[in-house]
Amino acid sequence: MTATHYNDKVVRQFAIMTVVWGIVGMLVGVLIAAQLLWPDLLPPYSFLSYARLRPLHTNAVIFAFGGSALFATSYYIVQRTCHVRLFLDKLAAFTFWGWQLVILSAAITLPLGITTSKEYAELEWPIDILIAIVWVAYAVVFFGTLALRKVKHIYVANWFFAAYIITIAVLHITNSLAMPVSLTKSYSVYPGVVDAMVQWWYGHNAVGFFLTAAFLGMMYYFVPKQAGRPVYSYRLSVVHFWALISTYMWAGPHHLHYTTLPDWAQSLGMVFSLILLAPSWGGMINGIMTLSGAWHKLRTDPILKFMIVSLSFYGMSTFEGPMMSIKTVNSLSHYTDWTIGHVHSGALGWVAMISIGTMYALIPKLFGREQMYSVKLIDVHFWTTTIGVVLYITSMWIAGVMQGLMWRATNADGTLTYAFIESIKSTYPYYAVRLAGGTLVFAGMLLMAWNVWKTIAARTTTADSPVVQPA
Amino acid sequence: MTSGWSLFVIILTIANILACVWLLRWTSKPRTASEKIGGGADTGHVWDKDLREYNNPLPKWWLWLFYITVVFGLLYLVFYPGLGNFAGVGGWTQAGQYEQERATVEARAAALLAPLAVLPVAELVNNEQAMSAAHNLFQQNCAQCHGSDGGGAVGFPNLRDANWQWGSDADSVVATIAGGRVAAMPPWAAVIGEPGVEDVVAYVQTLGGQQADAAKAAAGQVHFQTLCSACHGMAGKGNPLLGAPDLTDDAWLYGGDAAAIKQTVMAGRNGQMPAWGDKLGEQRVKLLAAYVTKLAAGK
Repeated sequence: MTATHYNDKVVRQFAIMTVVWGIVGMLVGVLIAAQLLWPDLLPPYSFLSYARLRPLHTNAVIFAFGGSALFATSYYIVQRTCHVRLFLDKLAAFTFWGWQLVILSAAITLPLGITTSKEYAELEWPIDILIAIVWVAYAVVFFGTLALRKVKHIYVANWFFAAYIITIAVLHITNSLAMPVSLTKSYSVYPGVVDAMVQWWYGHNAVGFFLTAAFLGMMYYFVPKQAGRPVYSYRLSVVHFWALISTYMWAGPHHLHYTTLPDWAQSLGMVFSLILLAPSWGGMINGIMTLSGAWHKLRTDPILKFMIVSLSFYGMSTFEGPMMSIKTVNSLSHYTDWTIGHVHSGALGWVAMISIGTMYALIPKLFGREQMYSVKLIDVHFWTTTIGVVLYITSMWIAGVMQGLMWRATNADGTLTYAFIESIKSTYPYYAVRLAGGTLVFAGMLLMAWNVWKTIAARTTTADSPVVQPA
Repeated sequence: MTSGWSLFVIILTIANILACVWLLRWTSKPRTASEKIGGGADTGHVWDKDLREYNNPLPKWWLWLFYITVVFGLLYLVFYPGLGNFAGVGGWTQAGQYEQERATVEARAAALLAPLAVLPVAELVNNEQAMSAAHNLFQQNCAQCHGSDGGGAVGFPNLRDANWQWGSDADSVVATIAGGRVAAMPPWAAVIGEPGVEDVVAYVQTLGGQQADAAKAAAGQVHFQTLCSACHGMAGKGNPLLGAPDLTDDAWLYGGDAAAIKQTVMAGRNGQMPAWGDKLGEQRVKLLAAYVTKLAAGK
């Protein structure tokens, strides 16, 4: 009987946790932004220190918020576009509870200072093993569903999800290889600069496949659905998909410009980062142009506004990224807050906004409602987020360029013009603007929570919806 | 890198770039005679009731953008190191770029510092240009421990007072900065026990003009004269040759209350001034010596 219906339960679970973890992750973000402005803000316990809370923030927004959004949408989309129920219900349920356990473990161990110290891969080896197991289960569920599909052609969103699931497994397992010395401590198997290279091969492709490819998958279903228009260009999706996934793989070394990484590896990182510009923009063009013929919908549909603005931020940050990978630019931008601004124009502008728009489109469907409880409130959320993100990234641009210029300025006597602490002092006003921007984004998430709560409270059904027969 | 690995890198790089070009050319034109591009033609696939795809052509400007980045990338790999062991025709290395930038800065600095190098410390103190450069040097190298105003901190000497642990003459100050100093106060807890230490603390407090228990101070004086006087002198006036502080003044490197002094005597202290001679060179060390001399004079 169940085979005649989609598995919507696991989608519902992940969708709700997307909102919950979004709020938690962004709250910690606001907290650490405030700590930079007021270093003595919190009582002096080690677990409340900036250094412990920062990885909690990054892990919570990327893997808890972003991860839950991707699980929810990939499970939803793969069923709808394969016209078949999800493969293995119990395994799908395991991925939900397993992933939540990973998040919970992170929330406990990171504040305790249990860390591998590898950025975006801080979790220690027992949690890494759990992640690997959950991820393989995810792959079985996803590819199993794909194999059972009732249509010949695989929809473009699923290409991106497939690439993301396979690549993240390879990246996570390779980068996390370590020799445990105790339950809470391990050492990477890679020596010195090889470790750095493996780490940033992982790190940049976590951006490329987790935060880019997978969210493009989300975009490729929800933008045409919301706009009620066909995807702009099939052939553009073919070329940008293959070019994107093949060139992203090389881009990692641009995180290690002017280090002990050999010159040739740095150059390759830069060259492929530049070639990555056009493939990245392919996704933006396909998303935005899907709206051609339906532009008027932007006036009335705040969900589409979220999606189109997210694609604009995506285009902007995928232009900024290649520029920052150029050695000359990088020598100015590296280690400054410009990088933080760049990350957030991607993470807030693109990832969070496409996810939020998608959740507003998805949640009513999952609970048998025509639309969200308050469409007006979606519009308010759109504006608080947009203004917040703009404040965040512009303040970090200015701060970053200023820091870069201050750090490299020299006097005629060969000394540095500014002591490091002077650059920190000059950054305070921008930290304040950033905090204001972050607070706006966070406040929007609270509006979303209320809106989602009221929508679910007025649900008409939580039954699985019937499988649609292929056309 | 062995030539085998080098070849591997070269082939993989070129193959990936050429594959992008091939992909672009392949998707730029119809793949079958019947395939329609643009003009509202779709692929004929339908998913989930109404999900369709147009088959619009690749935007021209985008295609050109892609080709330009490919051409730029290939040219870059001709001029710069990137293709395995091939060093690039431009001869660029990051180490070379660093050396070049250093040399430029050094040459500029040398022109400014050379005329100052012949002046003695006593004259540098009154030379505005020298003191401006010395101020920059201090902020960059010394302020981390001694504070940006030279006021010091617990364990890091205050340079704004007249107390000189290692001597105040120009030669001593230059020696302190160039060679560094290691100040070792031994721990005494194991030798005279905690009550003994407390007696010594009381005596040291009276040396500095503080109030303390007279009986304890008297007992402490005995310990002081047999043990402490070896470095600090019979009168507690200290010895710059050993870096032993004067205990009769009001300057306390590690704190002057009873608890802090007790900690110092019980467990000892290890002061560490790093050596700057090799890093900064003779000229700059002299400028810094003049700068701290001026600071101490309160000017």
